[in-house]
Amino acid sequence: MAQDKVTAPLRSTRSSSVGAAPANREIAMKVDHVSKHYKTNTGYVHALEDLDLEIAKGEFVCILGPSGCGKSTLLWGMSGLHDLTSGQVMLNGTPVLGPRSEIGMIFQEANLLPWRNLHQNIRFPFEIKKIDSAPYEKRIKGLLDEVGLTGFESKFPRELSGGMQQRASIVRCLSYDPDVILMDEPFGALDAFTRDEMNLLIQKIWMETGKTIIFVTHNVTEAIFLADRVVVMTPRPGRLAHVFPIELPRPRTIEQTFSREFIELVLKIKETIVRGTFVPSSV
Amino acid sequence: MASELRETIPTFGESGKEENDVGLTNMSALTSANVAKSWGEVGLIILVAVIVVGSLEFVCRVFDVPTYTFPRPSLIATTLWHNFRPLYAHHLWVTIKVLTIGYLIGGSIGILLAAVITQFPFVEKIITPYILLLVMTPMIALVPLLVQKMGFGLSPRIIAVALAVGPMVMINASTGFRRTDLAKIALARSYGASTFQIFAKVRFPLALPMIIVGLMVGAIFGMLTAVGAEFIASSEGLGTRLAFFSSRIKMADFWAVIVILATMGILIYVFFFWVGKKWASWQS
Repeated sequence: MAQDKVTAPLRSTRSSSVGAAPANREIAMKVDHVSKHYKTNTGYVHALEDLDLEIAKGEFVCILGPSGCGKSTLLWGMSGLHDLTSGQVMLNGTPVLGPRSEIGMIFQEANLLPWRNLHQNIRFPFEIKKIDSAPYEKRIKGLLDEVGLTGFESKFPRELSGGMQQRASIVRCLSYDPDVILMDEPFGALDAFTRDEMNLLIQKIWMETGKTIIFVTHNVTEAIFLADRVVVMTPRPGRLAHVFPIELPRPRTIEQTFSREFIELVLKIKETIVRGTFVPSSV
Repeated sequence: MASELRETIPTFGESGKEENDVGLTNMSALTSANVAKSWGEVGLIILVAVIVVGSLEFVCRVFDVPTYTFPRPSLIATTLWHNFRPLYAHHLWVTIKVLTIGYLIGGSIGILLAAVITQFPFVEKIITPYILLLVMTPMIALVPLLVQKMGFGLSPRIIAVALAVGPMVMINASTGFRRTDLAKIALARSYGASTFQIFAKVRFPLALPMIIVGLMVGAIFGMLTAVGAEFIASSEGLGTRLAFFSSRIKMADFWAVIVILATMGILIYVFFFWVGKKWASWQS
C-alpha cells in the first residue's frame, strides 16, 4: 500500500492520458487509481494495479485482454459488487460503493433462474427492487419482440437454446432501463454464428437506446466490431496496455470484419496483447 | 453486501450440474418415476394387480391355508370393510394425530435449523455430529425413557416422531442450502437485493428440491417411529392394534391394519411425488 502511493503519481500521468474519455464528452464512469489484490495461499495476486479509465456517456467501450488479466475484476469492481483494494469508481459524479440502480449487468452465461419461466425471470429485477412492472410491460413486450422471444414467455430456461437464454437476459437487463450496462464476456459460451447474431443485436440496441456499454471480452474481432474504443489490458498486474479508438462507420456489418482495415486493426491489437504494450511500427 | 462476492467472481455455467449431491436420496427418485402414459398401460397395470391378488386368493383356497397363517385377500378385504369404523378408525385417527403433530414440529425445526446453521460453516461443523447421532439412533429407543417422565399420553410419541423427523429433514435441507450458486446471488445483488431477499428468492428455491426429499424421507421415518412407539408405550393407535390382533390370532384384522398402514405410506409417497413434480422438476 505505502509503496503504491509513492509510485502512483508517476504511473498515473501516463495511464490517465491513455484511458481518458474522448474530448468534450460528458463522463459517465470514471475508474480512478483502482487496485485490486486477492489474497491466496501463496501471497497476494495483483489483479489490478493503479488503473485509470474514463467512459463517456453513450460510449461503447470493450475491455480486451488474455485470460486472467483482471478484466472481469475491473468490470465487477465497476459494478459495485466487488470490493477494491484502493482507488474508486465514480458513476455520474458519485462514488460506487455498492450495486447501483443505474447499472445493469449481463453475465457470462445467461444466468437465468432455472426455477422461473421466461416471464418470471424478466420480472425478477422488479421483484427485488419492489417496483411495479406494469408501467414497463409495454417496454418489455417491445424488447421481447425485438430479440425474437415473443411467444416463449412460459418456457423454462432449460427449454431454450443458449442464444435464446442470453437474449432473455438482455431483455431482463434492459427491462428496467439502466443507463450503464456492464457485460462480462456475455457471448463466450455461444457458437460463432450465434455470437455474430448477438453482436449485431447488441449494436442495434446500443444505436437505438444510446446506453453506455462496457463490454469485457477476450475475442479481438468481437471487441473491434462493437467498440468505440478498445481497451487492451496487460496480464497480472492488470494495467492498461493501450486504448485503440475504432473509427469504423456504423452500423457495422459482419462482412466488414473481413475488410483490410479491420484485419489490420486485429493484427495491431493482437500484437499489443502479446507484447503487453503498443509498438507503433510493429505492423 | 454479501461477503462471498467481495473477493470472488463466481464461476458460471456450473449450476444444475450437481446431480451427485450428498443426500440420503436423490431427487430423481421423486421426479423420474414413470407415470402410466396411456389407458392401455393403465389397464395392464390393473390387470397385473388383479392377477397377483387373484393368485394369492387362489393359492389360499386350493391349499386350504389356515386363516391364522395367512388369511385370504377377500377375507382381509371384507374384514377391513366391516371393522374399519368400529375397530380401526379411532386408532387410525390417533396415529395420524401423533404423526402430523410430531412431523410439523420436527419438520419446521429441521428446515429452520438447516437454513440458519448453513450460513455459519463453523457452527455447522460443531453441530453436525449430533445431528448424525440423532439420525442414526432409532428414536423408538427413547420412548420408554420419555414414558417414564411423561406417562402414556400423546406427548412421548409426538416427541419421538419429531426427533425422528427433524434431523432427517435437517440433514437433507442442509445439503440444499449449502448449494450456494454465487452467480445467481450476484445477479440478485446487482439489483440491490437484501440478505433476506437473497434467501427467499435464490437460496430457498435452490434448496427446495432437497428440502422436499428431506420432507419425504422424514415422513416415512416419522410413520415408522409413530407405529413403533405405539407398540411400546400406548393403548391407542394402529401400532397397538397390530400387537393386540396378533396376540389374539385375529389375523384378518391384523392384515387389515397392515393394509391401512401400507395405504398411508403410499399416500405419503404419492403426495411428495406430486409436490416434487410441481416444485422441483426444473432440476431434472
